[in-house]
Amino acid sequence: MNETNDRLLEVKNLVKWFPIKSSVFKRTIGNVKAVDGISFSIRRGQTMGLVGESGCGKSTCGRTILRLQEKTSGDVLLNGQDIFALNREELRKLRPKMQLVFQDPYSSLSPRLPVGEIIGEAVREHNIVPKEEFDAYISRVMDVCGLPEYYKERYPHGFSGGQRQRICIARALALSPEFIVCDEPVSALDVSIQAQIINLLKMLQKEFGLTYLFISHDLSVVEHISDAVGVMYLGSMVEYAETAKIYSNPLNPYTQALFSAIPIPDPDAHINRIILKGSIPSPANPPTGCKFHTRCAYCMEVCKYAVPEWLEVEPGHFCACHLYDTSEAKAKASETMERMKRENVAVGGKEVL
Amino acid sequence: MASEKKKSSYISGKESRRITRFNRKITRKLEKQRADYGKNPAGYTTQMKNPGNVVEFDNVCTYFFSDVGVVRAVDGVSYEIPVGKTVGVVGESGCGKSVTSLSLMQLLPRPAGQTVGGEIRFNLGDGSAYNIVNTPNDVMEHIRGNRISMIFQEPMTALNPVFRIGQQVDEVTILHHPEMSKEAVKARTLEMLELVGIANKEGVYDMYPHELSGGMRQRICIAIALACSPSLIIADEPTTALDVTIQAQILDLLQNLKNKLNSSIMLITHDLGVVAGMADYVVVMYAGRVVEKGTTQDIFHHPAHPYTIGLMRSKPVVGKKVDELYNIPGSVPNPVEMPNYCYFRDRCEMQCGHCSGQYPPEIRISDTHIVSCYRFMDEGQVLGYPKSVDVEAL
Repeated sequence: MNETNDRLLEVKNLVKWFPIKSSVFKRTIGNVKAVDGISFSIRRGQTMGLVGESGCGKSTCGRTILRLQEKTSGDVLLNGQDIFALNREELRKLRPKMQLVFQDPYSSLSPRLPVGEIIGEAVREHNIVPKEEFDAYISRVMDVCGLPEYYKERYPHGFSGGQRQRICIARALALSPEFIVCDEPVSALDVSIQAQIINLLKMLQKEFGLTYLFISHDLSVVEHISDAVGVMYLGSMVEYAETAKIYSNPLNPYTQALFSAIPIPDPDAHINRIILKGSIPSPANPPTGCKFHTRCAYCMEVCKYAVPEWLEVEPGHFCACHLYDTSEAKAKASETMERMKRENVAVGGKEVL
Repeated sequence: MASEKKKSSYISGKESRRITRFNRKITRKLEKQRADYGKNPAGYTTQMKNPGNVVEFDNVCTYFFSDVGVVRAVDGVSYEIPVGKTVGVVGESGCGKSVTSLSLMQLLPRPAGQTVGGEIRFNLGDGSAYNIVNTPNDVMEHIRGNRISMIFQEPMTALNPVFRIGQQVDEVTILHHPEMSKEAVKARTLEMLELVGIANKEGVYDMYPHELSGGMRQRICIAIALACSPSLIIADEPTTALDVTIQAQILDLLQNLKNKLNSSIMLITHDLGVVAGMADYVVVMYAGRVVEKGTTQDIFHHPAHPYTIGLMRSKPVVGKKVDELYNIPGSVPNPVEMPNYCYFRDRCEMQCGHCSGQYPPEIRISDTHIVSCYRFMDEGQVLGYPKSVDVEAL
C-alpha cells in the first residue's frame, strides 16, 4: 500500500470562522476564529486523539470535517475525495461512510423513537441492506454493541447513560462507516462505564477496521485509545506526534502544562505542576504572534509578534513554537518582528476574565 | 424474557395508591417528630465522640419516599471528618455521596427526602455539638454558609445571573454578620476576591457572572463559600465542569486556602486522580453504603474492597500502557429493591463462601483502614454491621 492510499483522511489548512454580526445592519464586524488553519492526516484503521481545553475548537473541527457545517477555507479529503467539492446528492451517498458519536447520550437520542428505529432509520434511508434482512441486520448490530435484542421496542428514557452511548455507537456503526468522529463520547459517563465504552470502541475498531477521530479533554483516555495525538490551542494545532512520543516528550510549553495538570491516582506521585495563569483568551480577538504567549512561561520577545511556524522538530513530531525554530525560521520571525515594531503594531491580546 | 423485563418496573394503580398513602403518612410523622425535637435545644445538642473531628456521620440513613417505593439513597453510612483535614468521598453517580452532604446541610428535598436514622454530629468548637438530623431550620440558618459552606459542581448555574458578583459575595457576610457596616462588608468581599486569586478585584466586584469564564466563576463560588471562614467546606465535584489546566488552578487554590483558614474539606468527586492529590482520608461509597475507608495511602496502595480495586483498574492512567481496560461487569442494583446480601456480590469476581449471607460488616484491617468485605473476615476485627431502618416500623 503506498503512502497516499494509506491515509483515509487528510485535512489541509482547514479554517472555520463564525462571523459576528452587528445588531442593526447585520454587517460582519468580526470573526470568531474557531478553527484557524489546521492540517493533519489519519491513517486507515488508526485513531487520532484531538485534545485541548474547552473552547479551543476541537468540536468545531470535528463537525467541519464531516461537513456538518461549511468551511471558510482549506480542504478535507476522505479517501482522496474532496468532501467540500461534492454536491448534495454525492454528499448524501458519502454520508454513511462518515459518522459521528456525540458527547451527551441524554440529548442525542430522540425520545419519541424506539431503539430499533433509532438505529435502523438511516439504514433504511441509505438502503444498506435489503428489506427482508433489515430486522436481522439491526439485531446483529445491536448484539455487536452489547445491546440485547429485546431493547428494540423500548424507548431511550429507560436506559442508563452507558447503554444510551451504546445505542449511539450502534446507530453510527449500522451504516458500516469507515470513519467515525467521536466527540467526547465518554466524558458524560461514570468511570466504570467509561471503561466499557472505550473497550467497545477499541473492539469495534479491531473488528471492522474503523478509523476514529477521538475528541476529548481527558488526556488519560486519549493516551489509552489513540495512535497519534494532536493538541489544539485557540483554533490552531500546537503539537502533533505519535502518542508514545508526545506523552514521553512533550515539546510545546502548552502541551507540557496540559500534561502536567493531569491528576495522577497515586498519593505519592510528586509531579512538578506547571500551573497556567489565567484562562484561554477569546477566539474572536486572539493574541498576536503566538496565541499562547499571554500564558507561556517561556515567552520571548519574538513570540509576541511572529506566528510560529509548523515545523517537524523530530521525525514525525510536529510543533509550532519559537523555542524550536530552525535558523531559517528564526530569521524569518525576527524579520517579522522588526517590521511590526517599525509599523508600531499593537501586540498582546485581551484576556477573558 | 422480554415480558419479564417489562414487568419488573410495572406498578399497578392499586399498588401506586398504597405507596402514596404510606409515604404521606410516614413523612408527616417524621416532620412532626423533627419539629418536636427542634423545640428544645436539649433535643438537638449532643456530644462529639472525638473532639478532634468536625463532623461525625454515625449510621446515617437518608431515604427518599418516592412514587415507586422507598429509595435507600444513604443507608447506614458512618465516617468522620477530622479538623483541618481533607476527606475525599469517591463513588459513581447515584451512590449517595451527594445525598450524604445534602443531609449534613439539611438541603434535602423535603418532605420526600428524610434522614430517618442515625446521627450527624457537628462540632461547635466549644465542647458541645449539634445533631444536625434534629436541628430546627432557624438554627440551621446560622450554620449554613457560616460554619459549613458548600461549593457546587456547576459554577455556571450556582451564581445568580441578575446580581453583580460583589452583591452576591456581600450577601453572605451581611446575613451572618449583620453588625458590620457597609464599608466593612465591601472591604471583606474585596479581601476574599483577592484571596481566591482575582487580580482585578475592584473590576470583578461590579461585574455580572456572564462576564466571567468557568474557572473565574468557580473562584467566586469559593470566595462566597469562604466569606465567613467556615470550619467545614463541602466541595461537591468542584472541578468536574472545568478543564484540566483550570482544574489544577482551582485544586491548588483550595489546598492553599484550607491551610490558611485551618478548615476541613469534604471533597466529593468521582475522579480518583483528584482525590489522590488532595485528600488525607478517602471514603469509597457504593450503592448508598461505605465499602471502604482509610487514609489515602491505605486506599491507593492497598485497596481491599473488590469495588475499589475495580474502580482503580478501570481508569486509564497516563504512562501505564494496558491493552484493555478492566471493566466491572454488570451494573448497580435497583435502588428500590436492594438485595439482602452484599450489594456488590453480583458484580464481584472475588466472591467467597460468606458472600450470600447478610450484608458484610465493617472490618478493621489496620489502624486506619476499614473495609466491608467478607474476604477479610478472619484477618481483622469486626466492628459491626451497618444498620438499616425498617420503614414499615416507623
